[in-house]
Formats: sequence, C-alpha cells, structure tokens
Amino acid sequence: MENQTKKIEISDLTARYATQVVLKNITMDIYKKEIFAIIGPASAGKSTLLKCINRMSDFIRNISVSGSIKLDGQDTRSEDGSSLRRRVGMVSPLPVGLPMTVWDNVAFAPRMAGVRDKRKLNEIVEDCLRNAALWDEVKDRLGTLATRLSGGQQQRLTIARSLSLRPEVLCLDEFSIAIDPVTTMRIEEVLERLKVNMTIILVTNIVQQARRLAERTAMMLDGQLIEVGYTSELFYGGAKDPRTKEYIEGRFG
Amino acid sequence: MFGLTTHLQNKRRKERRVSFLLGCLTLCLVLPIAFIVGVLLFKGLPAICWEFLAADPIRGMTAGGIFPAIIGTIYLVLLSLLFCVPIGVIAAVYLSEYAADNWFTRAINLAIVNLAGVPSIVHALFGLGAFVLFLKFGTSLLAASATLAVMNLPVVITATRESLEAVPRQFREACWNLGATRWQAIRYVVLPNSLPGILTGVIFAVSRAAGETAPILFTGAVFYKAELPQSILDQCMALSMHLFTLSTQVVGVPEAFPYGTALVLVGIVFAVNTLSIALRFYFRTHRKW
Repeated sequence: MENQTKKIEISDLTARYATQVVLKNITMDIYKKEIFAIIGPASAGKSTLLKCINRMSDFIRNISVSGSIKLDGQDTRSEDGSSLRRRVGMVSPLPVGLPMTVWDNVAFAPRMAGVRDKRKLNEIVEDCLRNAALWDEVKDRLGTLATRLSGGQQQRLTIARSLSLRPEVLCLDEFSIAIDPVTTMRIEEVLERLKVNMTIILVTNIVQQARRLAERTAMMLDGQLIEVGYTSELFYGGAKDPRTKEYIEGRFG
Repeated sequence: MFGLTTHLQNKRRKERRVSFLLGCLTLCLVLPIAFIVGVLLFKGLPAICWEFLAADPIRGMTAGGIFPAIIGTIYLVLLSLLFCVPIGVIAAVYLSEYAADNWFTRAINLAIVNLAGVPSIVHALFGLGAFVLFLKFGTSLLAASATLAVMNLPVVITATRESLEAVPRQFREACWNLGATRWQAIRYVVLPNSLPGILTGVIFAVSRAAGETAPILFTGAVFYKAELPQSILDQCMALSMHLFTLSTQVVGVPEAFPYGTALVLVGIVFAVNTLSIALRFYFRTHRKW
C-alpha cells in the first residue's frame, strides 16, 4: 500500500462556521482506488470535511475555509466548483430523489454536463442503475416519479445518480442511516465492486462498516484528526490513541 | 348517576347551541357575497344579450353595448402581465436564490411589503407622474398597464418567493452535488416545481388588474372612445372605469346597464379565479413529492 499514488492531499484544513471552529488543521492523504473510511462521533466534523472536498462548502453561508485540498496534485480551488463536483461525487445521508422520473434522475447530471444523445443517455442510465443494484427493481418503471420509490430504492438511486458522470472520487456521507440492513449490505457489495475504478470516501457512524469495507480508516473527534491507519491494524489492537481504541470498542460516542 | 346524566345532557345541549351560533355567524360572512351576486344577477341579467357584449356604446352611452370596455380591460390586463410577470419572477428568483442576506436585501424586502400596502390611488398618482408625464407615454394603454404592473409587482414577487422557498433545499443540494450550476438547479428543478405557486400569484394579479379603477383613471382609461385602441399609445375604455361612468356621470342610462357591466366584470374575475382554483387542485393532486 505504501507505494500507492495520492489522489487527495488535504493539508492544514481549517473550517469555521462564524466563530465556531469545526475543522482544526486537518492534514491527511487519500490514495487512489481505496475505500477510505472516516469514523467518529456526531459533530466531529466528518460531513463538513466531505463538503470541503467537493466544495459544497461554497454554498454554506458564514463558513470560512483555510488550508488546501489537492486532487491529483491540483488545488481544488483552481477549477470551477461545478466541474469539480462532476469529478467528485457525493451521496447525502438522506435519500433525495429529485422530483422527476427515475430515468431523468440518473440522466440529470450527464445532461447538465452537455450529453444530448438519447442512446448514450439510455446506456448511462442502465449502466448506473445496474452498478447501484437497482436495475432489476426499476427497469420496468423508469418513467415513475423517483419520489415514489421506497427509501432504500431512493438511496440506491442517489448512488446510481452520483455514478452517472463516472466520478474519480465518490464521497458517501452516512449513506445507511435511512435504510434497512439488507439494502445496506447490497450497497456495501456495490461499493466493493466500484472501488476498482474509483476512490471512495466513506463517512460512517457504524464502526463495523468501516471494518468491513475500508483499507484505511481515519478517526475524527471535535474537528480534529485523531489518527489515520490501516483498518487491519487500527481495528485489531493497533490504535495508538486511547480515544480511537475506546471509540472502536464502543465505550463512548 | 341521575345527576351525572343531566349534567352530560346539559353539556351536550350547550355544545349544540354553540355550534349552531357559530354556524349562523359564518353564514353572515357569506351573506354579503350572496347578496351582491344575487342583486347583480337579478338586475344585470336582463341587460346581458349579444348586442350588449359585442356592440359599441351609442347615444351618449345610454344604448348599445360595452364591447370596447371588455376589450380594453383584456388589453390592460395582458399588457400589465407582460411587464410585471417577467420582472417580478426575475426579482423573486434573485432575492430567494442569489442575494446574500444583508441590510440591502432586507431593505428591498421591506420595500416590497410596503409597496403592497400602498393604496391604489397613490399608485395612480405615481403612474401619472412617472409614466404619463416623465416618460412621456401620455395617457395611454402603455402608461395604464405600466401603472397596474407596478401595483401588482409585490403580489407576483411575494407569490413567487413563497413558492420558490416551498421547494426543499435538499433538491437544490442534490443538483449541486451532481455538478449542476446554481442556474441549472433553478432552471430544471426549482422553477418547474414552483410553477403552480407562481401561476396562482399571476392569476391573483389578473383579477386585481381587471378590477381596479383608480390606477387607470389618470393614466389611460377614458369615459368614451368610439374605436378600439390601435396602438399601445392609444387610450382605451375599461370595464371598471365604464361602470364608474355609467353609475355617476351619465344621465338617462337604463338601470340594467351598470348592473350588467358589473356582472360582466365580476364574471371575468370569477372565471379567472376558478381557473386558479382548478389549477391549484390539479397541481395538488399531481404533487411530485
């Protein structure tokens, strides 16, 4: 693993909402084609970190961000926010089906990026829905409103949608809090398949999920990065910081 | 046991009396409307015939019809919508979706609220000063429509803002997350889903523009004009103005004429409002989330 190339380099990242500091001097690297988990109790700054990575932070009022994030060695602020977000996909904690048909949902992002060819769009839609393990359930009703699907289906639709531009990085923010364990398992299988082609950052409240999926895991607490390490070490007695150890063992948080 | 039952019965009787009383009071609310419509129908219906609707007024408005007034009102309403809908919607989109929350936008919001409270006769005076005299539109269809548009701007802006804000923020965030720009999110998700609310506001603006007399009094409506307006710089007749003229300015008008005119005006407003209710019902049953 040591000789892997860096996909994302975060250095000295600090974020404040008004006067409240939510991220304190975060410095870490995320490698190409790995699943990287970020764990930690609520309000540790995990979601804010993701929002800084795909620059959704641009849309938050009163936030000020300092430090730098590099994607493939390029500062993320050197390109347009929306074109950055085409390379860095994001799945939000709660499933949000856009108020349009299932087909339109998946075709939305490519269309916004300028794809007009209907056949190409059809291909993308089928491909993404298959990748998100949703195709078999919705292939006969691509014309129904996405908001009519069940929560679990909508969450997989959200994932399918975020794959539609073949992002280089996929961020998932506690994707499983609104769905049942079976669907969660299916999505986890999907992620294992996807990491062949992309870097996946997984923010999770479920310690076991990080253990199951991630090559490496970062522990955050109160806006600080406590430690980063290989999941195989961190979760099996290798945690250097006592707080990480306690959190993993479920004694706080 | 016995005492308890009478107590309960008393309570029930009292309950019935209260609900009867409240029902009666509510009925009082409906009475004036029913009365107005009844009188209009009773006194105005005899005047309504093909000639009344489709002919010009003749013999000093004591005979003939109200055709130019109907057409004038339609022109005024459509032209004023042409001004106030695009401006109102654009302003609302800017205020809700783009503008930062600072003292400047707060001042604009305050101005919009106050503009909605300005009496229509004051709008008329403003229209006279700004459009008729300063911009040299003269008393014309253009000046009158512009005045009506200014009067209706707060209505359109407020309705549009409310329906924009009714679209959950998470839809916008989902769009942004997919690499859509702010404008793309507005154009393809926010606006299509706030259309019903915007339409409701526009229709309300229509009925206000059709009914108001004061704003067009100094700015473009006339008592009597033999021909239909040929350009937007012509003056025109209007139903509300015509009603005012018939009732107070002309002698020898058959009694049914003003009532008939009022009936047509109320009929148009009523039809437009019904359309609005139907649209809202349609969109409510076809909600997308």
